[in-house]
Amino acid sequence: MIAIIGKKIGMTQIFDEDGRAIPATVIKAGPCTVMQVKTKENDGYSAVQLGFDEAGKVNKPKDGHNKKWGGTKSRVIKEIKVLEGEEYKTGDEINVEIFKDVKYVDASGISKGKGFAGVIKRYHFGGGRASHGGRLSKRGTGSIGNCASPGRVVKGKKMPGRMGNQQATVQSIEVVKIIPETNLLIVKGGVPGHKDTVLMIKKSVKK
Amino acid sequence: MEKVINDIEKSYLRTDYPEFNSGDTIKVHVLVREGEKERVQVFQGVVLRRRGVGLRETFTVRKYSYGIGVERIFPYHSPMISKIEVVKRGKVRRNRLYYLRELKGKAARIKEKRY
Repeated sequence: MIAIIGKKIGMTQIFDEDGRAIPATVIKAGPCTVMQVKTKENDGYSAVQLGFDEAGKVNKPKDGHNKKWGGTKSRVIKEIKVLEGEEYKTGDEINVEIFKDVKYVDASGISKGKGFAGVIKRYHFGGGRASHGGRLSKRGTGSIGNCASPGRVVKGKKMPGRMGNQQATVQSIEVVKIIPETNLLIVKGGVPGHKDTVLMIKKSVKK
Repeated sequence: MEKVINDIEKSYLRTDYPEFNSGDTIKVHVLVREGEKERVQVFQGVVLRRRGVGLRETFTVRKYSYGIGVERIFPYHSPMISKIEVVKRGKVRRNRLYYLRELKGKAARIKEKRY
C-alpha cells in the first residue's frame, strides 16, 4: 500500500535541471495515522483506516471512533486496501517518505464545481458556427435525437447540467520532489479541486 | 498556505542580479546547450516590462537585430541566465514600454537617467 491522504496547498512553478520551468502543485501529504486495521477474519477484507489532519474538535460519531483507539483526533478518515503480506498496526504513522522511490502517482479528490454548465464546457461539444450566419446556435446543444422513430431522446444524452464538484482522479502525475521535514509532496501539473481539497494520493496504477 | 509556497520558491530565487527596470538597457548572458556543450550567448536590449511576483516573475527584452525587432521573454529566476549586466539606465514614465514596438531608429531612443 503506497497511499496517503493529503491536502492541496496551491500551485507554483519550479525549474528543473535543464532550466525549464515546470508547473507544480504543492500538496501537504500526511502524516497519517493508522486508526483501525481491518482483517479478513474480522471484517471480510483487509484494509487500514487512515486518519489525517489533526482537529481539536470532531463530531460525536467520529469522536467515539477516536476513543476506541485513543489517539489524536482526525478530521479526515479514509480507508485503503492493504496488499497481501503487509502488516500494519494501530498507531502507525504514514508519512510522505513512502513516495521516496515512486516516480508517478494518481491523485483523486473532489473537483472544482462549475455550476450549471453548457455542453461546450461540460462535454467539449463543437458548438455552432461563429460566422456564415450561424446566429441561431453558437453554443447550443444541437439536435438531441431523431423524429417519430424512436420518438424519444436516448438515455444518457449529453446535455447541459451541473458540472464539477464530484470525485475526479488525475492519473500518472510525475513526482517532482518530496520534502519530508514539512510533509510536502510536489507534483508536476494540476490535481483536482481547489486549495484545501482533501486528496487521496496513491502510487500510479498505469506507470 | 501562501507561506508554504513562498518557502518552496525561496530556494529557487535569484538574488545575484543588479537592480533593473523597464527602460534600462541590459545584457542578458544566457546559457545555451548544444548537445553536450554549453556556451553563453549575450542578448542585449531594452527591458520592455517586468511582470509577475516571486518565482513566476518574467521580463521582456527587445532588441533590433538586422532590421528586425526581436523580443525575448526571460523567467527572472531561470537558472539558464548566468549573468545580467546593466548597460544604461533609461528614464521612462511607465512600466510597460509597448510603444517602442512601433518605433525604430532615432525615435526608439530612451533618455538616459542622470543622477
